[in-house]
Amino acid sequence: MEIIQIVGLGMIATFLAIIVKEQKPVFALLITVFTGAIIFIFLIDKIAVLFQTLEELAENSNVNMIYVQTIFKIIGIAYIAEFAAQIARDADQGSIASKIELAGKILILVMAIPIISVIIDTILTLIPSAMGDV
Amino acid sequence: MANDVGLIFQIAGVGIVVAMIHTVLKQMGKEEIANWVTLIAFVLVLYMVATVIDDLFTKIRSVFLFQS
Repeated sequence: MEIIQIVGLGMIATFLAIIVKEQKPVFALLITVFTGAIIFIFLIDKIAVLFQTLEELAENSNVNMIYVQTIFKIIGIAYIAEFAAQIARDADQGSIASKIELAGKILILVMAIPIISVIIDTILTLIPSAMGDV
Repeated sequence: MANDVGLIFQIAGVGIVVAMIHTVLKQMGKEEIANWVTLIAFVLVLYMVATVIDDLFTKIRSVFLFQS
């Protein structure tokens, strides 16, 4: 019943943030950030177990480990970028949040380049005429 | 988990107490000191939050294979 813990934590933090926000908005933002970090730390142990299982599955099915690790890194970038962007958006800094999201997208694209090039190579070998033209 | 909830209450408590001190000092006509108190309390709480975020990022780095 860990979900009850998480829900309780979130509700307590919400009420405290509302109370503090009237006096000092800065501290309300810090409470929000702190709660987000705590919930994520709580979840990351579960995510680690999940990823170990996925890694074992990939290993058993002879998938190249570089691709699996790239996917994990991409998921990590997405999580961190989302976390930071939401903090920035909570602080009414929507433009900074958009830039963080843009940076996350571009970094994900850069990490995906090797996979994309492998896919294109595979497709090109499947089409003999295309190889002849090139 | 229980420890972390305590930290959340601590942050909220610091916020409320600082708001009170700020009001009292403002009534006494010492606005400069009131601003300094707010700033120092902010830095104090920011240190606590930064410690937790450092912990979080270290864990993310270890789980999502960011070795570099």
